[in-house]
Amino acid sequence: MVSPMRDEFIATATALVDEDPRVAVVVADISADQFGGAARHHPDRVINVGIREQLLIGVTGGLAQTGLRPIAHTYAPFLVERAFEQVKLDLDHQGGGAILVSVGASYDSSQVGRTHHAPGDVALIDTLTDWTVHVPGHPAEVEPLLRAAVTHDGSVYVRLSTQANAAPHDGYGLVPVRRGRSATIVAVGPMLDPVLAATEGLDVTVAYTHTPRPFDKAGLRALVSGADTADVVLVEPYLAGTSAAAVADALAAVPHRLLALGVTRTDSRRYGSVEDHARFHGLTPDRLRDSIGRFLPA
Amino acid sequence: MTGTQATTRDLHRLLSRITGDEKHEPSATSTLDVLWVLYDRILRVDPQTVDDPQRDRFLLSKGHGPAAFYAVLAAKGFIPVDWLDDLGGTDSRLGFHPDRTLIPGVEISSGSLGHGLGLGIGMALGLRAQGLLRPRVFVLLGDAELDEGSNHEAIAYAGAVGLDSLTAVVVDNQSATHGWPGGIASRFAVNGWAASTVDGRDHDALQRALGEPAAGTNRPRVVVATVERKW
Repeated sequence: MVSPMRDEFIATATALVDEDPRVAVVVADISADQFGGAARHHPDRVINVGIREQLLIGVTGGLAQTGLRPIAHTYAPFLVERAFEQVKLDLDHQGGGAILVSVGASYDSSQVGRTHHAPGDVALIDTLTDWTVHVPGHPAEVEPLLRAAVTHDGSVYVRLSTQANAAPHDGYGLVPVRRGRSATIVAVGPMLDPVLAATEGLDVTVAYTHTPRPFDKAGLRALVSGADTADVVLVEPYLAGTSAAAVADALAAVPHRLLALGVTRTDSRRYGSVEDHARFHGLTPDRLRDSIGRFLPA
Repeated sequence: MTGTQATTRDLHRLLSRITGDEKHEPSATSTLDVLWVLYDRILRVDPQTVDDPQRDRFLLSKGHGPAAFYAVLAAKGFIPVDWLDDLGGTDSRLGFHPDRTLIPGVEISSGSLGHGLGLGIGMALGLRAQGLLRPRVFVLLGDAELDEGSNHEAIAYAGAVGLDSLTAVVVDNQSATHGWPGGIASRFAVNGWAASTVDGRDHDALQRALGEPAAGTNRPRVVVATVERKW
Protein backbone atom coordinates (compact mmCIF):
# COMPACT_ATOMS: atom_id res chain seq x y z
CA MET A 1 0.00 0.00 0.00
CA VAL A 2 1.26 3.46 -0.91
CA SER A 3 -1.57 5.49 0.62
CA PRO A 4 -5.31 4.88 0.49
CA MET A 5 -6.25 7.54 -2.09
CA ARG A 6 -3.27 6.74 -4.28
CA ASP A 7 -4.11 3.02 -4.09
CA GLU A 8 -7.68 3.79 -5.14
CA PHE A 9 -6.40 5.85 -8.05
CA ILE A 10 -3.99 3.16 -9.24
CA ALA A 11 -6.64 0.43 -8.97
CA THR A 12 -9.24 2.53 -10.79
CA ALA A 13 -6.89 3.71 -13.54
CA THR A 14 -5.68 0.13 -14.03
CA ALA A 15 -9.29 -1.02 -14.40
CA LEU A 16 -10.08 1.84 -16.78
CA VAL A 17 -7.17 0.97 -19.07
CA ASP A 18 -8.61 -2.56 -19.23
CA GLU A 19 -12.17 -1.45 -19.84
CA ASP A 20 -11.77 1.53 -22.14
CA PRO A 21 -9.45 1.49 -25.18
CA ARG A 22 -9.36 5.30 -25.14
CA VAL A 23 -7.77 5.54 -21.71
CA ALA A 24 -4.00 5.89 -21.40
CA VAL A 25 -1.84 6.40 -18.32
CA VAL A 26 1.37 8.43 -18.49
CA VAL A 27 3.79 8.52 -15.60
CA ALA A 28 7.28 9.84 -14.92
CA ASP A 29 8.69 7.02 -12.75
CA ILE A 30 6.43 7.95 -9.80
CA SER A 31 3.96 5.05 -9.30
CA ALA A 32 5.51 3.24 -12.29
CA ASP A 33 6.00 0.07 -10.23
CA GLN A 34 2.36 0.09 -9.17
CA PHE A 35 1.30 0.37 -12.80
CA GLY A 36 3.67 -2.44 -13.81
CA GLY A 37 0.92 -5.01 -14.34
CA ALA A 38 -1.16 -2.61 -16.41
CA ALA A 39 1.92 -1.75 -18.46
CA ARG A 40 2.53 -5.42 -19.24
CA HIS A 41 -1.05 -5.89 -20.41
CA HIS A 42 -1.27 -2.59 -22.28
CA PRO A 43 2.26 -1.50 -23.20
CA ASP A 44 0.96 0.99 -25.78
CA ARG A 45 -1.32 2.80 -23.33
CA VAL A 46 0.60 2.68 -20.05
CA ILE A 47 3.64 4.83 -20.67
CA ASN A 48 6.53 5.68 -18.36
CA VAL A 49 8.71 8.46 -19.79
CA GLY A 50 11.27 8.37 -16.97
CA ILE A 51 11.98 11.40 -14.80
CA ARG A 52 10.92 13.87 -17.50
CA GLU A 53 7.97 16.01 -16.49
CA GLN A 54 7.97 18.35 -19.48
CA LEU A 55 7.77 15.26 -21.68
CA LEU A 56 5.13 13.76 -19.37
CA ILE A 57 2.75 16.58 -20.24
CA GLY A 58 3.89 16.93 -23.85
CA VAL A 59 3.22 13.24 -24.50
CA THR A 60 -0.11 13.58 -22.70
CA GLY A 61 -1.04 16.46 -25.00
CA GLY A 62 -0.04 14.48 -28.08
CA LEU A 63 -2.06 11.44 -27.00
CA ALA A 64 -5.10 13.65 -26.51
CA GLN A 65 -4.69 15.01 -30.04
CA THR A 66 -5.03 11.49 -31.43
CA GLY A 67 -8.32 10.97 -29.61
CA LEU A 68 -7.15 9.09 -26.53
CA ARG A 69 -8.13 10.10 -22.98
CA PRO A 70 -4.79 10.36 -21.17
CA ILE A 71 -4.29 10.39 -17.42
CA ALA A 72 -0.95 11.94 -16.38
CA HIS A 73 0.29 11.41 -12.87
CA THR A 74 3.12 12.37 -10.55
CA TYR A 75 3.78 14.52 -7.48
CA ALA A 76 1.93 17.83 -7.51
CA PRO A 77 4.98 20.13 -7.70
CA PHE A 78 6.35 18.25 -10.71
CA LEU A 79 3.00 17.77 -12.43
CA VAL A 80 1.69 21.32 -12.14
CA GLU A 81 4.57 23.62 -11.27
CA ARG A 82 7.59 22.18 -13.04
CA ALA A 83 5.68 21.52 -16.25
CA PHE A 84 3.25 24.40 -16.04
CA GLU A 85 3.95 25.84 -19.47
CA GLN A 86 3.33 22.41 -20.95
CA VAL A 87 0.01 22.26 -19.10
CA LYS A 88 -0.86 25.70 -20.46
CA LEU A 89 0.29 25.13 -24.05
CA ASP A 90 0.38 21.37 -24.74
CA LEU A 91 -3.08 20.84 -23.23
CA ASP A 92 -5.08 24.08 -23.03
CA HIS A 93 -3.72 25.96 -26.01
CA GLN A 94 -3.91 22.91 -28.28
CA GLY A 95 -7.60 22.65 -27.43
CA GLY A 96 -7.03 19.20 -25.97
CA GLY A 97 -8.13 17.95 -22.58
CA ALA A 98 -6.49 15.52 -20.21
CA ILE A 99 -6.77 14.26 -16.65
CA LEU A 100 -3.93 15.23 -14.32
CA VAL A 101 -3.76 13.30 -11.07
CA SER A 102 -1.37 14.48 -8.39
CA VAL A 103 -0.20 13.07 -5.10
CA GLY A 104 1.66 14.92 -2.38
CA ALA A 105 -0.99 17.55 -1.72
CA SER A 106 0.36 20.69 -0.01
CA TYR A 107 2.41 19.36 2.93
CA ASP A 108 1.62 15.64 2.69
CA SER A 109 5.37 15.11 2.29
CA SER A 110 5.86 16.84 5.62
CA GLN A 111 9.31 15.45 6.37
CA VAL A 112 10.66 16.08 2.89
CA GLY A 113 10.44 19.85 2.78
CA ARG A 114 9.45 22.62 0.40
CA THR A 115 10.73 20.90 -2.76
CA HIS A 116 7.81 18.46 -2.59
CA HIS A 117 5.12 20.91 -1.48
CA ALA A 118 2.82 22.59 -4.02
CA PRO A 119 0.04 24.37 -2.15
CA GLY A 120 -0.27 26.74 -5.14
CA ASP A 121 -1.35 24.00 -7.56
CA VAL A 122 -5.06 24.83 -7.68
CA ALA A 123 -4.29 28.56 -7.91
CA LEU A 124 -2.13 27.83 -10.95
CA ILE A 125 -4.81 25.67 -12.55
CA ASP A 126 -7.17 28.60 -11.94
CA THR A 127 -5.16 30.69 -14.43
CA LEU A 128 -6.25 28.28 -17.19
CA THR A 129 -9.55 27.80 -19.01
CA ASP A 130 -12.51 25.68 -17.86
CA TRP A 131 -10.77 23.10 -15.71
CA THR A 132 -12.65 20.80 -13.38
CA VAL A 133 -10.81 20.37 -10.07
CA HIS A 134 -11.52 17.42 -7.80
CA VAL A 135 -10.16 17.36 -4.25
CA PRO A 136 -11.47 14.10 -2.80
CA GLY A 137 -11.82 14.05 0.97
CA HIS A 138 -11.90 10.28 1.29
CA PRO A 139 -10.43 7.36 -0.67
CA ALA A 140 -13.91 6.11 -1.56
CA GLU A 141 -14.54 9.37 -3.43
CA VAL A 142 -11.65 8.77 -5.83
CA GLU A 143 -13.08 6.04 -8.06
CA PRO A 144 -16.36 7.73 -8.99
CA LEU A 145 -14.59 11.03 -9.66
CA LEU A 146 -12.01 9.39 -11.93
CA ARG A 147 -14.63 7.32 -13.73
CA ALA A 148 -16.68 10.45 -14.37
CA ALA A 149 -13.58 12.24 -15.68
CA VAL A 150 -12.90 9.70 -18.45
CA THR A 151 -16.43 10.04 -19.85
CA HIS A 152 -15.69 13.44 -21.41
CA ASP A 153 -12.78 15.24 -23.05
CA GLY A 154 -12.47 18.26 -20.76
CA SER A 155 -9.53 19.23 -18.57
CA VAL A 156 -9.56 17.70 -15.10
CA TYR A 157 -7.18 18.03 -12.16
CA VAL A 158 -7.53 15.44 -9.41
CA ARG A 159 -5.67 16.30 -6.21
CA LEU A 160 -5.04 13.25 -4.03
CA SER A 161 -3.90 13.53 -0.44
CA THR A 162 -2.82 11.36 2.46
CA GLN A 163 -5.18 13.49 4.54
CA ALA A 164 -8.77 12.28 4.61
CA ASN A 165 -12.06 12.59 6.41
CA ALA A 166 -13.42 9.66 8.42
CA ALA A 167 -16.19 9.01 5.91
CA PRO A 168 -16.92 9.80 2.25
CA HIS A 169 -19.50 12.44 1.39
CA ASP A 170 -21.44 13.66 -1.61
CA GLY A 171 -19.54 16.70 -2.78
CA TYR A 172 -20.72 17.76 -6.23
CA GLY A 173 -21.41 21.42 -5.61
CA LEU A 174 -21.65 22.77 -2.07
CA VAL A 175 -23.44 20.13 -0.03
CA PRO A 176 -24.54 21.11 3.50
CA VAL A 177 -23.28 18.69 6.13
CA ARG A 178 -24.43 20.78 9.09
CA ARG A 179 -27.06 23.53 9.13
CA GLY A 180 -26.87 26.79 11.06
CA ARG A 181 -27.77 30.46 10.68
CA SER A 182 -24.88 32.70 11.66
CA ALA A 183 -22.41 31.93 8.84
CA THR A 184 -21.66 29.67 5.88
CA ILE A 185 -18.47 27.67 6.04
CA VAL A 186 -17.16 25.93 2.92
CA ALA A 187 -14.85 22.99 3.58
CA VAL A 188 -12.95 21.54 0.63
CA GLY A 189 -11.86 17.89 0.54
CA PRO A 190 -9.94 16.71 3.61
CA MET A 191 -10.67 19.96 5.46
CA LEU A 192 -14.20 18.79 6.30
CA ASP A 193 -13.46 16.83 9.45
CA PRO A 194 -11.20 19.54 10.95
CA VAL A 195 -13.89 22.13 10.15
CA LEU A 196 -16.66 20.02 11.71
CA ALA A 197 -14.55 19.61 14.84
CA ALA A 198 -13.66 23.31 14.90
CA THR A 199 -17.29 24.45 14.61
CA GLU A 200 -18.82 21.99 17.07
CA GLY A 201 -21.55 23.83 18.94
CA LEU A 202 -21.50 26.90 16.64
CA ASP A 203 -24.69 27.94 14.83
CA VAL A 204 -23.15 27.73 11.35
CA THR A 205 -23.74 25.91 8.10
CA VAL A 206 -20.87 23.70 7.02
CA ALA A 207 -20.96 22.80 3.34
CA TYR A 208 -18.66 20.26 1.74
CA THR A 209 -17.28 19.97 -1.76
CA HIS A 210 -14.82 17.64 -3.40
CA THR A 211 -15.18 19.61 -6.62
CA PRO A 212 -14.14 23.23 -6.05
CA ARG A 213 -13.97 23.89 -9.82
CA PRO A 214 -16.25 24.81 -11.29
CA PHE A 215 -17.13 26.58 -8.05
CA ASP A 216 -20.80 26.16 -7.10
CA LYS A 217 -21.71 29.84 -7.15
CA ALA A 218 -25.46 29.28 -7.24
CA GLY A 219 -25.13 26.87 -4.33
CA LEU A 220 -23.24 29.44 -2.29
CA ARG A 221 -25.84 32.12 -2.99
CA ALA A 222 -28.59 29.72 -1.88
CA LEU A 223 -26.77 28.85 1.33
CA VAL A 224 -26.06 32.51 2.12
CA SER A 225 -29.66 33.52 1.41
CA GLY A 226 -30.79 30.96 3.98
CA ALA A 227 -28.54 32.34 6.72
CA ASP A 228 -28.91 35.38 8.97
CA THR A 229 -25.65 36.87 7.68
CA ALA A 230 -23.64 36.86 4.47
CA ASP A 231 -20.54 35.87 6.41
CA VAL A 232 -18.58 33.21 4.51
CA VAL A 233 -15.55 31.20 5.60
CA LEU A 234 -13.52 29.24 3.07
CA VAL A 235 -11.33 26.45 4.40
CA GLU A 236 -9.20 24.99 1.63
CA PRO A 237 -6.38 22.42 1.84
CA TYR A 238 -4.28 24.40 -0.64
CA LEU A 239 -3.21 28.04 -0.85
CA ALA A 240 -5.37 30.31 1.32
CA GLY A 241 -7.67 32.47 -0.77
CA THR A 242 -7.57 30.31 -3.89
CA SER A 243 -11.38 30.43 -4.14
CA ALA A 244 -11.77 33.97 -2.82
CA ALA A 245 -12.32 35.39 -6.31
CA ALA A 246 -15.00 32.77 -6.99
CA VAL A 247 -16.79 33.72 -3.78
CA ALA A 248 -16.53 37.42 -4.63
CA ASP A 249 -17.99 36.70 -8.04
CA ALA A 250 -20.79 34.53 -6.64
CA LEU A 251 -21.75 37.22 -4.11
CA ALA A 252 -21.07 40.28 -6.27
CA ALA A 253 -24.61 41.54 -5.64
CA VAL A 254 -24.61 40.71 -1.93
CA PRO A 255 -22.80 42.75 0.73
CA HIS A 256 -20.75 40.06 2.45
CA ARG A 257 -17.68 39.30 4.49
CA LEU A 258 -15.17 36.58 3.67
CA LEU A 259 -12.51 34.81 5.71
CA ALA A 260 -10.32 32.68 3.46
CA LEU A 261 -8.29 30.06 5.29
CA GLY A 262 -5.84 27.59 3.82
CA VAL A 263 -2.15 26.95 3.44
CA THR A 264 -0.11 30.12 3.92
CA ARG A 265 2.62 31.40 1.60
CA THR A 266 5.28 30.87 4.24
CA ASP A 267 8.06 28.37 3.53
CA SER A 268 8.17 27.09 7.09
CA ARG A 269 11.54 25.35 6.56
CA ARG A 270 10.28 22.80 9.07
CA TYR A 271 9.94 19.02 8.92
CA GLY A 272 7.83 16.95 11.29
CA SER A 273 4.37 15.48 10.77
CA VAL A 274 1.40 16.47 8.62
CA GLU A 275 -0.27 17.48 11.88
CA ASP A 276 2.67 19.78 12.63
CA HIS A 277 2.29 21.47 9.26
CA ALA A 278 -1.46 21.82 9.71
CA ARG A 279 -0.63 23.68 12.93
CA PHE A 280 2.00 25.88 11.21
CA HIS A 281 -0.69 26.95 8.73
CA GLY A 282 -3.51 27.33 11.25
CA LEU A 283 -5.52 24.39 9.92
CA THR A 284 -5.89 22.22 13.03
CA PRO A 285 -9.37 22.20 14.64
CA ASP A 286 -8.30 24.41 17.56
CA ARG A 287 -6.56 26.95 15.33
CA LEU A 288 -9.49 26.97 12.89
CA ARG A 289 -11.88 27.55 15.79
CA ASP A 290 -9.79 30.53 16.93
CA SER A 291 -9.76 32.08 13.45
CA ILE A 292 -13.45 31.48 12.80
CA GLY A 293 -14.37 32.70 16.30
CA ARG A 294 -12.51 35.98 15.76
CA PHE A 295 -14.21 36.46 12.37
CA LEU A 296 -17.77 35.83 13.47
CA PRO A 297 -19.70 38.55 15.37
CA ALA A 298 -19.67 37.91 19.12
CA MET B 1 14.89 21.20 -61.82
CA THR B 2 13.25 24.00 -63.74
CA GLY B 3 9.86 22.97 -62.35
CA THR B 4 11.16 23.29 -58.84
CA GLN B 5 12.66 26.68 -59.59
CA ALA B 6 9.34 27.87 -60.96
CA THR B 7 7.68 26.58 -57.81
CA THR B 8 10.18 28.35 -55.62
CA ARG B 9 9.51 31.58 -57.49
CA ASP B 10 5.81 30.98 -56.93
CA LEU B 11 6.41 30.45 -53.23
CA HIS B 12 8.42 33.63 -53.00
CA ARG B 13 5.54 35.44 -54.69
CA LEU B 14 3.21 34.05 -52.00
CA LEU B 15 5.74 34.94 -49.32
CA SER B 16 5.85 38.48 -50.61
CA ARG B 17 2.13 38.78 -49.99
CA ILE B 18 2.75 38.20 -46.30
CA THR B 19 3.59 41.43 -44.58
CA GLY B 20 4.34 42.47 -41.04
CA ASP B 21 6.65 39.57 -40.23
CA GLU B 22 9.99 41.27 -40.71
CA LYS B 23 11.27 40.27 -37.29
CA HIS B 24 11.01 36.62 -38.16
CA GLU B 25 12.04 36.75 -41.77
CA PRO B 26 15.37 34.87 -41.61
CA SER B 27 13.85 31.89 -39.83
CA ALA B 28 10.81 31.97 -42.10
CA THR B 29 12.81 31.52 -45.25
CA SER B 30 15.30 29.04 -43.77
CA THR B 31 12.49 26.49 -43.64
CA LEU B 32 11.04 27.19 -47.08
CA ASP B 33 12.68 24.38 -49.03
CA VAL B 34 12.22 21.77 -46.31
CA LEU B 35 8.54 22.66 -46.02
CA TRP B 36 8.05 22.52 -49.76
CA VAL B 37 9.67 19.11 -50.11
CA LEU B 38 7.62 17.78 -47.21
CA TYR B 39 4.30 18.99 -48.58
CA ASP B 40 5.13 18.38 -52.25
CA ARG B 41 6.81 14.99 -52.03
CA ILE B 42 6.56 13.35 -48.60
CA LEU B 43 3.52 14.05 -46.46
CA ARG B 44 0.40 12.00 -47.06
CA VAL B 45 -2.01 14.80 -46.30
CA ASP B 46 -3.99 17.20 -48.47
CA PRO B 47 -6.78 19.69 -47.91
CA GLN B 48 -9.36 16.88 -48.07
CA THR B 49 -7.67 14.69 -45.45
CA VAL B 50 -6.79 17.14 -42.69
CA ASP B 51 -9.03 15.19 -40.28
CA ASP B 52 -8.29 11.70 -41.59
CA PRO B 53 -6.81 9.54 -38.81
CA GLN B 54 -4.54 7.92 -41.42
CA ARG B 55 -2.90 11.19 -42.47
CA ASP B 56 0.71 11.98 -41.78
CA ARG B 57 1.23 14.66 -39.13
CA PHE B 58 3.50 17.64 -39.61
CA LEU B 59 4.29 19.70 -36.52
CA LEU B 60 6.02 23.07 -36.94
CA SER B 61 7.61 23.05 -33.52
CA LYS B 62 9.50 26.30 -33.64
CA GLY B 63 6.47 28.30 -34.72
CA HIS B 64 8.61 31.36 -35.30
CA GLY B 65 8.61 32.81 -38.76
CA PRO B 66 5.68 30.84 -40.12
CA ALA B 67 5.55 32.87 -43.34
CA ALA B 68 7.06 30.02 -45.34
CA PHE B 69 4.65 27.58 -43.70
CA TYR B 70 1.66 29.73 -44.57
CA ALA B 71 2.92 30.20 -48.10
CA VAL B 72 3.24 26.43 -48.56
CA LEU B 73 -0.20 25.83 -47.04
CA ALA B 74 -1.64 28.37 -49.48
CA ALA B 75 0.24 26.92 -52.44
CA LYS B 76 -1.11 23.46 -51.61
CA GLY B 77 -4.68 24.67 -51.13
CA PHE B 78 -5.02 24.21 -47.36
CA ILE B 79 -5.82 27.89 -46.90
CA PRO B 80 -7.05 30.62 -49.26
CA VAL B 81 -4.25 32.66 -50.76
CA ASP B 82 -5.88 35.91 -49.72
CA TRP B 83 -5.41 34.97 -46.06
CA LEU B 84 -1.74 35.82 -46.65
CA ASP B 85 -2.59 39.50 -47.06
CA ASP B 86 -3.54 40.04 -43.42
CA LEU B 87 -0.89 38.44 -41.24
CA GLY B 88 -1.57 39.19 -37.59
CA GLY B 89 -4.59 41.38 -38.32
CA THR B 90 -7.52 41.75 -35.96
CA ASP B 91 -9.65 39.22 -37.77
CA SER B 92 -6.87 37.20 -39.36
CA ARG B 93 -6.55 33.48 -38.85
CA LEU B 94 -2.82 33.74 -39.47
CA GLY B 95 -0.83 34.97 -36.50
CA PHE B 96 2.88 35.54 -36.14
CA HIS B 97 2.69 32.08 -34.54
CA PRO B 98 0.23 29.51 -35.90
CA ASP B 99 -2.89 28.37 -34.03
CA ARG B 100 -4.12 24.88 -34.88
CA THR B 101 -7.69 25.77 -34.01
CA LEU B 102 -7.74 28.57 -36.60
CA ILE B 103 -5.90 27.10 -39.59
CA PRO B 104 -6.91 23.96 -41.51
CA GLY B 105 -4.08 21.45 -41.69
CA VAL B 106 -2.05 22.89 -38.84
CA GLU B 107 -1.47 20.12 -36.29
CA ILE B 108 -0.17 22.15 -33.33
CA SER B 109 -0.30 25.68 -32.06
CA SER B 110 3.31 26.68 -31.59
CA GLY B 111 5.61 29.61 -31.00
CA SER B 112 7.01 28.85 -27.57
CA LEU B 113 10.13 26.84 -28.34
CA GLY B 114 10.56 23.24 -27.33
CA HIS B 115 7.02 21.90 -27.35
CA GLY B 116 6.69 20.13 -30.70
CA LEU B 117 8.86 17.10 -30.10
CA GLY B 118 7.04 16.06 -26.91
CA LEU B 119 3.67 16.55 -28.59
CA GLY B 120 4.88 14.63 -31.63
CA ILE B 121 6.01 11.72 -29.48
CA GLY B 122 2.59 11.66 -27.83
CA MET B 123 0.92 11.65 -31.23
CA ALA B 124 3.14 8.84 -32.49
CA LEU B 125 2.39 6.80 -29.35
CA GLY B 126 -1.32 7.56 -29.57
CA LEU B 127 -1.52 6.51 -33.22
CA ARG B 128 0.34 3.28 -32.50
CA ALA B 129 -1.91 2.52 -29.53
CA GLN B 130 -4.92 2.73 -31.84
CA GLY B 131 -3.40 0.46 -34.47
CA LEU B 132 -2.77 3.35 -36.87
CA LEU B 133 0.61 2.18 -38.06
CA ARG B 134 0.72 3.96 -41.42
CA PRO B 135 0.94 7.63 -40.41
CA ARG B 136 4.33 9.18 -39.87
CA VAL B 137 4.88 12.11 -37.54
CA PHE B 138 7.28 14.85 -38.63
CA VAL B 139 8.47 17.58 -36.28
CA LEU B 140 10.35 20.59 -37.62
CA LEU B 141 12.73 22.30 -35.20
CA GLY B 142 15.42 24.92 -35.43
CA ASP B 143 19.01 24.52 -34.28
CA ALA B 144 18.57 27.31 -31.71
CA GLU B 145 15.35 25.72 -30.52
CA LEU B 146 17.42 22.75 -29.37
CA ASP B 147 18.69 25.00 -26.58
CA GLU B 148 15.40 24.26 -24.80
CA GLY B 149 15.92 21.36 -22.39
CA SER B 150 12.52 19.87 -23.12
CA ASN B 151 13.88 18.67 -26.48
CA HIS B 152 16.52 16.63 -24.73
CA GLU B 153 13.92 14.88 -22.59
CA ALA B 154 12.16 13.99 -25.82
CA ILE B 155 15.28 12.97 -27.77
CA ALA B 156 16.42 10.59 -25.04
CA TYR B 157 13.00 8.99 -24.60
CA ALA B 158 12.10 8.55 -28.30
CA GLY B 159 15.46 6.92 -28.93
CA ALA B 160 15.14 4.64 -25.92
CA VAL B 161 11.76 3.27 -27.01
CA GLY B 162 12.61 3.13 -30.73
CA LEU B 163 9.75 5.30 -31.92
CA ASP B 164 10.20 4.62 -35.62
CA SER B 165 7.17 6.53 -36.91
CA LEU B 166 8.79 9.78 -35.71
CA THR B 167 11.04 11.94 -37.87
CA ALA B 168 12.57 15.16 -36.58
CA VAL B 169 13.81 17.72 -39.06
CA VAL B 170 16.25 20.24 -37.65
CA VAL B 171 16.77 23.25 -39.89
CA ASP B 172 20.28 24.37 -39.01
CA ASN B 173 21.05 27.99 -39.84
CA GLN B 174 23.65 28.13 -37.07
CA SER B 175 21.63 30.51 -34.97
CA ALA B 176 22.12 28.80 -31.59
CA THR B 177 23.99 31.26 -29.38
CA HIS B 178 26.45 28.71 -28.03
CA GLY B 179 26.43 26.40 -31.02
CA TRP B 180 26.46 22.60 -31.05
CA PRO B 181 30.11 21.48 -31.00
CA GLY B 182 30.34 18.05 -32.58
CA GLY B 183 27.25 18.65 -34.64
CA ILE B 184 23.52 18.42 -34.10
CA ALA B 185 23.10 14.93 -35.54
CA SER B 186 25.36 13.46 -32.86
CA ARG B 187 22.98 14.58 -30.11
CA PHE B 188 20.30 12.38 -31.63
CA ALA B 189 22.54 9.54 -32.79
CA VAL B 190 23.95 8.91 -29.34
CA ASN B 191 20.38 8.35 -28.18
CA GLY B 192 19.71 5.74 -30.83
CA TRP B 193 18.22 7.84 -33.60
CA ALA B 194 19.06 7.25 -37.27
CA ALA B 195 20.67 10.55 -38.21
CA SER B 196 21.54 12.20 -41.48
CA THR B 197 22.71 15.67 -42.43
CA VAL B 198 21.78 17.13 -45.81
CA ASP B 199 21.79 20.40 -47.73
CA GLY B 200 18.59 22.10 -46.67
CA ARG B 201 18.24 23.75 -50.10
CA ASP B 202 18.67 20.53 -52.13
CA HIS B 203 15.19 19.18 -52.78
CA ASP B 204 16.29 15.78 -54.02
CA ALA B 205 18.63 15.26 -51.09
CA LEU B 206 15.87 16.26 -48.69
CA GLN B 207 13.46 13.88 -50.38
CA ARG B 208 15.88 10.97 -50.08
CA ALA B 209 16.51 11.71 -46.41
CA LEU B 210 12.85 12.20 -45.54
CA GLY B 211 11.42 9.31 -47.55
CA GLU B 212 10.08 6.02 -46.24
CA PRO B 213 12.51 4.35 -43.85
CA ALA B 214 13.64 0.81 -44.48
CA ALA B 215 11.30 -1.67 -42.81
CA GLY B 216 12.16 -2.84 -39.32
CA THR B 217 14.60 -0.12 -38.40
CA ASN B 218 12.83 0.54 -35.09
CA ARG B 219 14.54 3.87 -34.64
CA PRO B 220 13.30 7.43 -34.82
CA ARG B 221 14.96 9.49 -37.52
CA VAL B 222 16.48 12.94 -37.58
CA VAL B 223 17.33 14.89 -40.71
CA VAL B 224 19.55 17.89 -40.09
CA ALA B 225 18.93 20.31 -42.95
CA THR B 226 21.77 22.81 -43.13
CA VAL B 227 21.14 26.19 -44.70
CA GLU B 228 23.07 29.45 -44.91
CA ARG B 229 23.96 31.16 -41.64
CA LYS B 230 21.30 33.36 -40.20
CA TRP B 231 23.74 36.30 -40.17
